[in-house]
Amino acid sequence: MRVNFTVNGRPQEADDVWEGESLLYVLRERLGLPGSKNACEQGECGSCTVRLDGVPVCSCLVAAGQAQGREVVTVEGLADFAKQRACGTGSCGGTSLDEAKRWEADGTDSQTGEGTELAPIQQAFIDAGAVQCGFCTPGLLVAADEMLERNPNPTDADIREALSGNLCRCTGYEKIMDAVRLAAARQSEGV
Amino acid sequence: MDFLRPASWEEALAAKAEHPTAVPIAGGTDVMVEINFDHRRPEYLMDLNRIGDLTEWEVGEDTVRLGASVPYTRIMENLDTELPGLALASHTVASPQIRNRGGVGGNLGTASPAGDAHPALLAAGAEVEVESVRGARRIPIDEFYTGVKRNALAPDELIRAVHVKKADGPQQFSKVGTRNAMVIAVCAFGLALHPETRTVRTGIGSAAPTPVRAKAAEEFLNAALEEGGFWDNGKIITPSVAKQFADLCSAACNPIDDVRGTASYRRHAVGVMARRTLTWTWESYRGTRRAAKGAA
Repeated sequence: MRVNFTVNGRPQEADDVWEGESLLYVLRERLGLPGSKNACEQGECGSCTVRLDGVPVCSCLVAAGQAQGREVVTVEGLADFAKQRACGTGSCGGTSLDEAKRWEADGTDSQTGEGTELAPIQQAFIDAGAVQCGFCTPGLLVAADEMLERNPNPTDADIREALSGNLCRCTGYEKIMDAVRLAAARQSEGV
Repeated sequence: MDFLRPASWEEALAAKAEHPTAVPIAGGTDVMVEINFDHRRPEYLMDLNRIGDLTEWEVGEDTVRLGASVPYTRIMENLDTELPGLALASHTVASPQIRNRGGVGGNLGTASPAGDAHPALLAAGAEVEVESVRGARRIPIDEFYTGVKRNALAPDELIRAVHVKKADGPQQFSKVGTRNAMVIAVCAFGLALHPETRTVRTGIGSAAPTPVRAKAAEEFLNAALEEGGFWDNGKIITPSVAKQFADLCSAACNPIDDVRGTASYRRHAVGVMARRTLTWTWESYRGTRRAAKGAA
């Protein structure tokens, strides 16, 4: 079947989609957006987290056909999504599929993120050293960004709860907590 | 596989009548796991997300009509006064991502003994509104669970809503797992005080082939509370009464040994949760009585 939906602010079409296919599979294998990670395929790990009509969900548990006509934001579009939100526009722009496919956190300096357009939460993860192997990072970024949108001054308990559906097997979460606190502090200072 | 996409409830009922093997999918948090792991290859997958009224709820005089697909997040945020037990249970479901998608209709459809909503529904008192092209009916929650992952639905029926009695007293929910998030209950317990009828209702999860009430424990406690005049005098529940109640709740279990826990552990834990939830709710009841007296 064919699925038409909006990904990172631009209309997309996926063809020959199998009826039992997940949104995650469509994003990764049909649209070439491998940012959302495929790990557990059962909603345990959160590494496939995307926004579906604004709501964070595990894309591995959304049937592709259920995304028909709806809006999806993936980690590849997060920088632009955050920018739109900051400008208060939200209707224009978006990230094209080509731009999204080319998107990398490297820039001119992969250690600092310099030279790349990053969402504040992405910059905070780099600055706080919250990334190790990186596999859980996309899901954490999407989940953390959504929490900061809803709750600009989170307590540690709020952060822990918001990220409780995202597993990280490297960091022990402390640096991730630091990163979200840093992003919240920068957000409230308007940096 | 065919993907059915009914735009209205009537279309969904017609599709289900035509294809009784169609598997309804709403939040997808159970169904997609089975499909991803190739445990299930339904002939038809029927998306219910386009039926808007399934995600709505109405607060009535005595009950809340909760649409089958109202996500757990909405229940936690909006119905914690009317349905405190279910709101607590909803908060223990998996993770934010799952709570944003999953709802009580899916819990009922899957009818796993470990579903988090069941003990709260049993304790509060509820009816499941189901419908087919043949008509609608309401199934009392006590008659809904018929076996391990089996329920009273006919093949052509769909779950439209659940009517849950609004709380007339304190309610609690307790769940045992290895951590707070992303846990399938080792066992769970729901308890609701109903001061208007002077009764207590319970619900046990994941400690029998189906979710069950501890009816003998309820009867014992109802009689003990009545006999001691507890509802009127608001005294602390006698430890021996609480102990007997807990033991009877343990005895209501019919658990198995599995990867999550042993049968004997489940029986023990249910007793502990029964005693604790009784103490918490009773303390809260005594508190509101005192506050009401102070105001008067």
